[in-house]
Amino acid sequence: MSPAIAGALARLPEYLSQHVLLSVSAIVLGCLISLPLAVVAARSAMLRGPALGIASVIQTIPGLALLALFYPLLLVLSIFTQDTFGFTFRALGFLPALLALMLYSMLPVLRNTITGLTGVDPAIKTAARAVGMTSWQSLLLVELPLAAPVIMAGVRTASVWVIGTATLSTPVGQTSLGNYIFTGLQTENWVDVLFGCVAAAGLALVIDRLLALAETGMAQRSRVRLIAAGVGLAVVIGASLLPLVGRTETHVVVGTKSFEEQYILGALIQGRLMKDGIGATRRDGLGSTVVFNALAANDVDVYVDYSGTIWANHMKRKDMPGRAAVLKNMAAWLKDKRGIAYVGPLGFENAYAFVMRRDRAEALGIKTLSDLALHARGMKIGGDYEFFGRPEWKSVVKAYGMKFAEQRQFQANFMYRAVVDGDVDVIAAFSSDGRIAQYDLQLVTDTKSALPPYDAVLLVSPRHANDGKLLSALEPLVGAIDLSSMQRANLMVDREKDKKTPEQAADWLESVIKP
Amino acid sequence: MAHAPAAAPIIAFQEVAKVYGDTAAVRGLNLTIATGEFYVLIGPSGCGKSTTLHMVNRLSEPSSGRILIDGADASTLNPVGLRREIGFVFQAVGLFPHLTVGENVAIAPRLLGWPPADIVTRVAELLEIVRLPPQAYLHRMPAELSGGQQQRVGLARALAARPRIMLMDEPFAALDPLTRDDLAADYRAIHDRLGLTTVLVTHDMTEAFLLADRITVMHSGEVVQTGSPQELLNAPADDFVRSLIDTPRRRAKRLAELMHVGAGT
Repeated sequence: MSPAIAGALARLPEYLSQHVLLSVSAIVLGCLISLPLAVVAARSAMLRGPALGIASVIQTIPGLALLALFYPLLLVLSIFTQDTFGFTFRALGFLPALLALMLYSMLPVLRNTITGLTGVDPAIKTAARAVGMTSWQSLLLVELPLAAPVIMAGVRTASVWVIGTATLSTPVGQTSLGNYIFTGLQTENWVDVLFGCVAAAGLALVIDRLLALAETGMAQRSRVRLIAAGVGLAVVIGASLLPLVGRTETHVVVGTKSFEEQYILGALIQGRLMKDGIGATRRDGLGSTVVFNALAANDVDVYVDYSGTIWANHMKRKDMPGRAAVLKNMAAWLKDKRGIAYVGPLGFENAYAFVMRRDRAEALGIKTLSDLALHARGMKIGGDYEFFGRPEWKSVVKAYGMKFAEQRQFQANFMYRAVVDGDVDVIAAFSSDGRIAQYDLQLVTDTKSALPPYDAVLLVSPRHANDGKLLSALEPLVGAIDLSSMQRANLMVDREKDKKTPEQAADWLESVIKP
Repeated sequence: MAHAPAAAPIIAFQEVAKVYGDTAAVRGLNLTIATGEFYVLIGPSGCGKSTTLHMVNRLSEPSSGRILIDGADASTLNPVGLRREIGFVFQAVGLFPHLTVGENVAIAPRLLGWPPADIVTRVAELLEIVRLPPQAYLHRMPAELSGGQQQRVGLARALAARPRIMLMDEPFAALDPLTRDDLAADYRAIHDRLGLTTVLVTHDMTEAFLLADRITVMHSGEVVQTGSPQELLNAPADDFVRSLIDTPRRRAKRLAELMHVGAGT
């Protein structure tokens, strides 16, 4: 078996169990709310319109947006309960995913239950009254059994939707089969992406067939089919959840943002913690602001951020006091304002860096941004989608009086090819990207310090800020990773040939960093 | 005014009206139905006869007036309890399609909380009464039965909790003529044997003449005439009643002529 597939398979029990736990909880909870609501709505035309209307509107919200909306909502709520009642809950992970998916499951169940109940032959309903059934008995003994196949069809639709949409819960910090897809997309590991898609589709298909069996069992009043469907569901769900049984509660959550360097560092940190006997799980692929807020809220315990990001985005600072001063001010701000512990810098920067082809730079005698500014009018510059809108770019333009003939935007991976092929003359790259070394690109230095420093820094959540065991496990990483090691590790994951998984790259990095 | 029945009335309508919006389905209705009577309400579609029947067990509530059941004002009785003590048979039958024949028949005793063993005995007894051998029919589903067999099950279901009153809303109208006559004759025998009080709604005058002790003719929500079949035949109150009884009369005459011609050759 290829190592890529073996690696994907190794993560299947964890991802599948989480995916099934989340989906089943969302469907069960959704049905518990939708069924009674539908029963009431079927009897009251006044309620039917609004109930179906609201459920339809929820359905039109894209799944990813619905999931993303629940995180800030729960965060505000958890801060409120902390302040008011003195308790808090995790706003990241299971809860927002559960609530969003539960809402998502409601429309088909609601609609089918209402259709099923209102579709019962009026003569049969009159007969139920005439033999002396109360309205409740008529519902339980006659109407619900007759509507059951239609209701079951709704549950089936909802289940397929929820299992599919649950793959989108990765960015809000809930592990699911979507982890394959999100990390696979970021690291261009198509085996992972495909594996995630097939696994989610396969799960949806199996559950759909079993529920279809239950549906025909109800329609044909076949006890054998119903029992077979029930046993099948129990076996599939039970087997999927098995990895969760007896698992010790891990108390450290390692977060990562959604690019390869972060996945490698996440795997590295997790490995270190496990080696020191500290239980650790990972929340991969979180949004940049989400992961910072999650750390402050104790939903994530450890992650690597970059000093410039915290300086500009969270501290809202525009001045550039230099690399060391930024770290010092940042550490104090994190501790005072958010209670976050700053462990230290890892030893490399992942900053915006202007690079060009070495032969071209040498021919033109370009070593610094000041040199570049002299030739800029006749040159094309490339950057990622957000670079030309960021303060870093404005700062460079201002400091060096830079003006290019043309600015072009690229997806980060294509940017490097573009400069190598001569489509553009210079690009705003990421300094720790392995492709700078791979393509032997020349770094154009920022002598006026117009670009802020982006030291990779190790941060720990407030609740573990004084956890001596955790801190002493992390401290050896401070200053241990130099730029070229990080570049090489990143390249292992980025390159097309002999592509490695983030975990493999983390193993390599672990083997070369200072003891 | 029709003569008062000899026995004490088990059902009495006193100035009952039922209004839907601004149209009156029934108005100024006064009826007295004696214990043990086979009482037929007849009239064209929309004359208010079904509405009248539905008001007896409170499937429908009167807009004004009073309905007395055994002398008690029905509006003071618990509707669910009332319905469990009164059998009801529909033209649409309304068997529960997800339950077997046996389960359909057992429904009222089950709702009344009879001991399971008593229910089993009762169901078998009822299927015998409606001439559906239990060993062949107990576990069948309603969809597997013919229309006439379904109505026999409907009848058994209505009789299950030993009601004293049976309400029947065009029970034989959807059946083919042979099955209809068969079932109607069977039911009249059951009525007599069990000492039931039956109120039956129909638009078929022949059926009314063959079954009823007394008949009330209704038209546009009002009573036109009440009397025994004999009284109606001999002294129709107006042209409307005359036209109603004309059809069976004409049929009988034509049949007699045909039989006479046949006998003569």
